[in-house]
Amino acid sequence: MELFLYTALFAPFVGSLFAAIFGASPKTIIAGIIPSILLGVSLLSSTVLLVHVLSTGEAVHVEMMTWMHTGNLYIPFGFLVDQVSVTMMMVVTVVSTVVHVYAIGYMSHDKAFNRFFAWLSAFVFSMMILVMSDNFAGLFIGWEGVGVCSWALIGFWYHKESATWAANEAFIMNRIADLGMLIGIFLVYWNTGTLQYHEAFEAMKHLDTGILTTIGIFLFIGAMGKSAQFPLHTWLADAMEGPTPVSALIHAATMVTAGVYLVVRSNELYSLIPNVGLFIASLGAFVAVFAATMALVNRDIKRVIAYSTLSQLGYMFAAAGLGAYWVALFHLMAHAFFKALLFLGGGNVMHAMSDELDPFKMGGLGKTMKATMILMTLASVALAGLFPLAGFFSKDMILEAAFSEHHFIIYTVLLFTAGLTAFYSFRIIALIFHGEDRHTALGFHPHEAYPFMIKAMIPLAILAAIAGFARPYYFDMVIAVLPETEYHIHSAMTYWTMTIGTQLFVIAAIYFAYKKYMSSDIKVPDGTSEMENSFKYKLLINQYYIPYFYEEFLVKPYRALSRVFWKDIDMKIVDGTVDGIANIIYNTGENTRGMQSGNLSTMLKWMVAGLVILLSLAVIFGLTVKYSGV
Amino acid sequence: MEIGLSHYLVLSTILFAIGLVGVMKRKNLLLLFFSTEILLNSVNIAFAAISHYYGDLTGQMFAFFVIAIAASEVAVGLGLLIVWHKRHNNIDLDTMSSMKG
Repeated sequence: MELFLYTALFAPFVGSLFAAIFGASPKTIIAGIIPSILLGVSLLSSTVLLVHVLSTGEAVHVEMMTWMHTGNLYIPFGFLVDQVSVTMMMVVTVVSTVVHVYAIGYMSHDKAFNRFFAWLSAFVFSMMILVMSDNFAGLFIGWEGVGVCSWALIGFWYHKESATWAANEAFIMNRIADLGMLIGIFLVYWNTGTLQYHEAFEAMKHLDTGILTTIGIFLFIGAMGKSAQFPLHTWLADAMEGPTPVSALIHAATMVTAGVYLVVRSNELYSLIPNVGLFIASLGAFVAVFAATMALVNRDIKRVIAYSTLSQLGYMFAAAGLGAYWVALFHLMAHAFFKALLFLGGGNVMHAMSDELDPFKMGGLGKTMKATMILMTLASVALAGLFPLAGFFSKDMILEAAFSEHHFIIYTVLLFTAGLTAFYSFRIIALIFHGEDRHTALGFHPHEAYPFMIKAMIPLAILAAIAGFARPYYFDMVIAVLPETEYHIHSAMTYWTMTIGTQLFVIAAIYFAYKKYMSSDIKVPDGTSEMENSFKYKLLINQYYIPYFYEEFLVKPYRALSRVFWKDIDMKIVDGTVDGIANIIYNTGENTRGMQSGNLSTMLKWMVAGLVILLSLAVIFGLTVKYSGV
Repeated sequence: MEIGLSHYLVLSTILFAIGLVGVMKRKNLLLLFFSTEILLNSVNIAFAAISHYYGDLTGQMFAFFVIAIAASEVAVGLGLLIVWHKRHNNIDLDTMSSMKG
């Protein structure tokens, strides 16, 4: 099994290196194909591992080599494939393989085709390290690796100012959170003396609750950054500047799921501190509704999908915070499939519309892009949580968990969000694919994507459709490592009322979205309508003014402060001191170089002068010593 | 008047001063060597006188060392001087500035 483990882990790395060889040369199709094939190999190896874990119920644990061993500190490069990480590996490799194949078509006209694949595979490799590591240090390597690769990929089109800005924003936001993460890891080591998950969690059982709470909070701050939870959420929507396959990868498989994975992986810690768990759940529920409201009005299809990711991450944290770790992981998996599908469909639309993202300028695309329409509608149905697609099973479970844990506020918020989710998902579907044809008048000539891109999306569509039915098997598998929390609503009556009620609510939201946005009087908004001038709309379209707030109250003062440090402290004081010393030495040299005339006689005079000075000093010193009474 | 240590030391100081002025003022390389000899010998007088005053032979031994070293220094110096004179046909200090940086 070790061979499969190493293959699953290192195949993307080899693919990345292979593409990197061609990094500077113009498009080489093989630089896209080889990494995709290698990811396929990684997927196959992960499947073998999944079968192994499923059939034997045993985790595969290897130590590749010792990384650090000094004194009591022992950190190996160890990898663990248990029920949790094998789920993540499957999600990562399935989505990444699809995205790689899709990207061969999507990026086919890009000059930096080869560079793209080098980074994309490196991104997957980092995520694989993150999920497979058996200790916090390895997790952190993957964590940072994901950060670097996301920076390079979001800012992939670096000639665009907005792209580099978004890349830096994502990177800096993540660094802020990583500080929390790092402190958390230090605290784990400080208090337990080890970073191995198993031993660290074992030791935590005997620790004081106060320390555990601190560790839990700091680790969660790290998770908040990577998973873009409030207040570190702004980078996620801006990260849409990257190429669409990157968005699909960031949102579905790598990067944002890392935070959820961390909380699920640390379930033994969070089980000990239910208060922090409740905080996580509340924050999750808040983010769910917060992001969903922003998605309601946004006029950029990729951003709408991005906010929907944010909202679904909120669901995952709500589940994880309530102790339903396996539900969170299950929703993560289901979400990965339909969100990747949604993004790739969005990529098709973008290509068809020459990178136009405003759905109000589209309309009626369903006629020319039938396959994309079907796939995106399927993904949206799954996202909205309609029976029998994947979203129904996972999201319903979260609602049930909140209900049966008697957190009715969280339940209500999440239920309300489910309606919003359905509404905004079908708002863009209706605007893009149905209704009046608005794009021809604007001079767009849409065309369907390459057939192999559509074919590459089909596995995701199938998974998004049927993954939900795997829930019981999945439950049986993960309870080996995750708490066995099953939620049963006591009365069957309540259960059915809830389920059917939710379904009806979601269907009503979808119907409402179709009715509102398929009508023939939808026009490209020009800022004059009554709705656009209302306070609510302004609040939502400006993302609750949070980016504005950050700009005004954090970025600008920080810039002013930096300017003071630069102009006054660095340039005047620090540079002044250093330059002053240099100047003194320089001037001394300049003024005394006249001595070196090369004339022996002059030099002898100077020698005598020196002798006289030294002698005088000796005499003065001698007299001082003599009369000072020492 | 009996000649004591202080007389010797005064003589030594006067000779040293003469040597020092010579070192500073003379532009002729040969006379520069003379001046250095005066300097060294003024020190030798002081060594010998003080050695005699304390009844300790170390100072006189030291004076012999100085004489030996002075002789060898002059031997080397005069050799160089002759070579220089052959090449440039003068031994004026002011023309010797090829080491100027």
